[in-house]
Amino acid sequence: MDLKVNDYTTDDGLTVITVEGEIDVYTAPKLREKLIDLVNKGKFHLLVDMEKVEFLDSTGLGVLVGGLKRVRAHDGSLELVCTQERILKIFRITGLTKVFGIHDSIADAEEKRKGAK
Amino acid sequence: MATVELSFSALPVHVRTARLIVTAVARRSGIDEDLLDEVRLAVGEACSRAVEAHRLHCPDEPVRMEMTAAERRFEVIVNDSVPGDDSSGTGRPTTPADLPKVTGPDDLEFALGDGAADLGLAVIAGLADDVDISTTPKGVQIRMSWPVEAAPTT
Repeated sequence: MDLKVNDYTTDDGLTVITVEGEIDVYTAPKLREKLIDLVNKGKFHLLVDMEKVEFLDSTGLGVLVGGLKRVRAHDGSLELVCTQERILKIFRITGLTKVFGIHDSIADAEEKRKGAK
Repeated sequence: MATVELSFSALPVHVRTARLIVTAVARRSGIDEDLLDEVRLAVGEACSRAVEAHRLHCPDEPVRMEMTAAERRFEVIVNDSVPGDDSSGTGRPTTPADLPKVTGPDDLEFALGDGAADLGLAVIAGLADDVDISTTPKGVQIRMSWPVEAAPTT
């Protein structure tokens, strides 16, 4: 199954990456390339929408952590939108809920971002 | 004897195939529907780990997986052919007890590079009802099992 990765940037400078499909050892490189490409283009505030992700494994987690490290080097941020319990469970097991900001919706993430400014 | 045995080329694309097969066999074995996601993810992690080890050390050797339903347990064994000393030569842990813990938002180092394999073991340890990782001269064997409520269908 293919992994679909698309992105757009809001007027507020937040780049939203929508991911659809299964993120595993085979497909994760596609997401990694997208995150590297965005950082290379100067997009340092990223929001990954995981609502249409059907499967996530540790390779996918590693890609997200790698992306977070890259944007932090530019004082940026990488946060997530996820309400799926099966996906959230993986973040909890690995302790990564302490590392990523996780929001219920894109609107929720934008609201908190405005509030933090 | 295993209920189903699978041998596949050490290619990332086949890890999904292994996940689909283990899910089908687990369902047929009578495992609770709520546990299927955990079986699928844990076995996928074990297969990913084996595929990565084979790609580094013996790309032509297949990864082997055995699935058995017996005595109200569903057991999956994933074997790689990379001797333990080699597969853990980067210093990565081979037992869940050795895993580093994420303690705060700045604790990222372990999850990068080879650390992805550590995350994989953490996921396996968190999801399987019972896990045993053994290192032998022939390779690393990850044995995982879950309870089966219904009588297995053979």
